[in-house]
Amino acid sequence: MTGAERNEAVSFRDIGIDFTGGRGDWVLRHLDLTVEAGEFFVIVGPSGCGKSTLLRLIAGIADATEGDVRTPEGPVTRPGADRAMIFQNVDVPLMEWLTAKQNVEFGLRMQGRPRAERSAVADDFLRKVGLQNAAGKYPHELSGGMKQRVQIARVLAVSPGIVLMDEPFAALDAQTRKLLQHEVSRLWREEVRTVIYVTHDIREAVLLGQRIAVMSAPPQAGIKSMYQVDLPYPRDEFSPGFVELARQVEIDIEEEVNKLWADSAVPRSTR
Amino acid sequence: MGRLRRSSFYSVAAVVAFVVLWQLATLGTDPTLFPPPTTVADAAIELVSNGTLGSAILVSLQRVFLGWILGSVIAIPLGILAGTSRIARAVVDPFIHFFRFVPALALVSVFILWFGIGEASKVNLVAYSAAFIVMVNTASGAASVHADKLNAARSMGAGRVTLLRAVVFPATVPHIFTGMRLALANAFLVIVAAEALATQNGIGFLIWNARTYFRTDQIFVGILCFGILGFIVDRLWKRIGSTFLRRYLFSAGGY
Repeated sequence: MTGAERNEAVSFRDIGIDFTGGRGDWVLRHLDLTVEAGEFFVIVGPSGCGKSTLLRLIAGIADATEGDVRTPEGPVTRPGADRAMIFQNVDVPLMEWLTAKQNVEFGLRMQGRPRAERSAVADDFLRKVGLQNAAGKYPHELSGGMKQRVQIARVLAVSPGIVLMDEPFAALDAQTRKLLQHEVSRLWREEVRTVIYVTHDIREAVLLGQRIAVMSAPPQAGIKSMYQVDLPYPRDEFSPGFVELARQVEIDIEEEVNKLWADSAVPRSTR
Repeated sequence: MGRLRRSSFYSVAAVVAFVVLWQLATLGTDPTLFPPPTTVADAAIELVSNGTLGSAILVSLQRVFLGWILGSVIAIPLGILAGTSRIARAVVDPFIHFFRFVPALALVSVFILWFGIGEASKVNLVAYSAAFIVMVNTASGAASVHADKLNAARSMGAGRVTLLRAVVFPATVPHIFTGMRLALANAFLVIVAAEALATQNGIGFLIWNARTYFRTDQIFVGILCFGILGFIVDRLWKRIGSTFLRRYLFSAGGY
C-alpha cells in the first residue's frame, strides 16, 4: 500500500456534506474519489451538488460533515500552500492596494521568501501569463481577464502541488474565456501540476480535462459518471470526438438538472 | 478645469452673498445680541493683535490633535480585533454601544476629577470620543473583508496574525480613514465642552469667557474659528489621504 500505490494527489473517503450541521439534509453523501498527481481533473454537475464545496474541502477552507480528505501530506485539516485556489470572483481575491506584481509576490511573501527571489519569480510568472507590461498596475486598472491572469500567476508562483480552480472564467466574456482556457491548458502542460477544476461549462470541461466527473443532483449527490478523455492536446473543439463526448456529458448532466426541476415541482409535503 | 473653476466661483460668491446678507440682517438690531460682520471683524482684529486668538487656536488644535491621535491609536487595533474575532466582538460590543451614547459633555467633570485640571483631562476627553467613532468604523470595515479574500491568502499560506497584518488591516484602511475623518469633526464639538471648565485658554475658553463679559462679537469670532479650522483640517486630512494613502483609498471610490 505504499510505493505501489499510484501517485495520489487527493483522495476523498466517504465524504458527506450537510450545511444544516447534521440535521440530515445531505447535499452530498458517501462520495469516494481519487485524483492522481499531475492529472487535469474536471468536475461538472448541476447547481447545488456541492462541487465547489469539494474544492474548498481540499483547500482546507471548509469542513466535511462526514469522511475525510487526504493528500500525500496527510489528512487535510487546514489551508496549506501545497493546495492553492483560484476563485471565480474576479475582484475580491486580489489585494486592491497591491500592484499586479505585488499580488503575484503575495503568496511568496506569506511564505517568507527573500525579496530578490520573490521579485524574480513574480516577473517570471507575470511573463508566463502575458502580463509583463502590466506589472505596475493596480487591480482596478486591469480588465477581468487580466485580473484572473494575476490570480493564476499568483497561485502558480507558490508552486502548489495541487491547483484548485473554481469556475475561474465564468464571469468573463466569451472571447476572453476562450483565450484563458487555452492558456490554462498550456500552462498545465508546461508546469505539470495536478489541477482540479470545477465548471458549469461542458465545452470547457472537454477542452481541458483528462478525466471528467459528472455529479448527480442533490440531495445526497455523488459522482454519477466518470469520463476518460483521450483526445490529444491542444484539443480541437470541432473534431468529431470532441463533439460526441461533449454531447454525452451534456445529456448526462441534463438528466440531473431535470431531476432537480422535477423535484422542485413536487410539493414539499408529499416528498 | 473650467467646470472646477466655475464651481469654486459659485462657492466664493455664495459666501460673499451670505456675509452681505448677514450685514443687512443686523441693521437696526442690538450688536450685543446679533453682531454684524464688521463688528465681528473688529473683535477678531483685537483678539489677533493682543495675541489671544493665536494662542487659543494653537492650544485647541494641540488638544484636538493629540486626543484624536491617541483615541485612534487605541481604537484601531481594538476595532480590528472586534471586527475579526467573534469572541472579542461579543466582549466589547456592549461597552461600545453603551459608551457611544454617553456624550463627552456629560463626562467633563469626571475627567477633571480623574485627570486633573491640566492638559490630560482635555486630551483624554477628545480621545475618548474619537476612540468610539474610529473603533466602530474600523470594526465594521474589518468585519466586511470578503471571505474569499481571506481564503485566498490562507490558501497561499498566511497564518492568523499575518492575515490580520497583511490582509485585514490594509483592506480596512478606507474605513479607518473615514472613521478618523468623522472623529476629527467630532473632536471640534468635544473641545468646546472640554474647555468649558478648568482652563484659561483655547477657543472654547475664549467663547465661554466672552459669554461672561457679554462679548457676543468675541463669541462669534470663536464660532467662525471653529468652522474655518474644521474646514481646513478636514481638507488637510483628505489631502493626506490622496497623497500617502492613495493605493488604499482609490479603489474604495473617492474620498
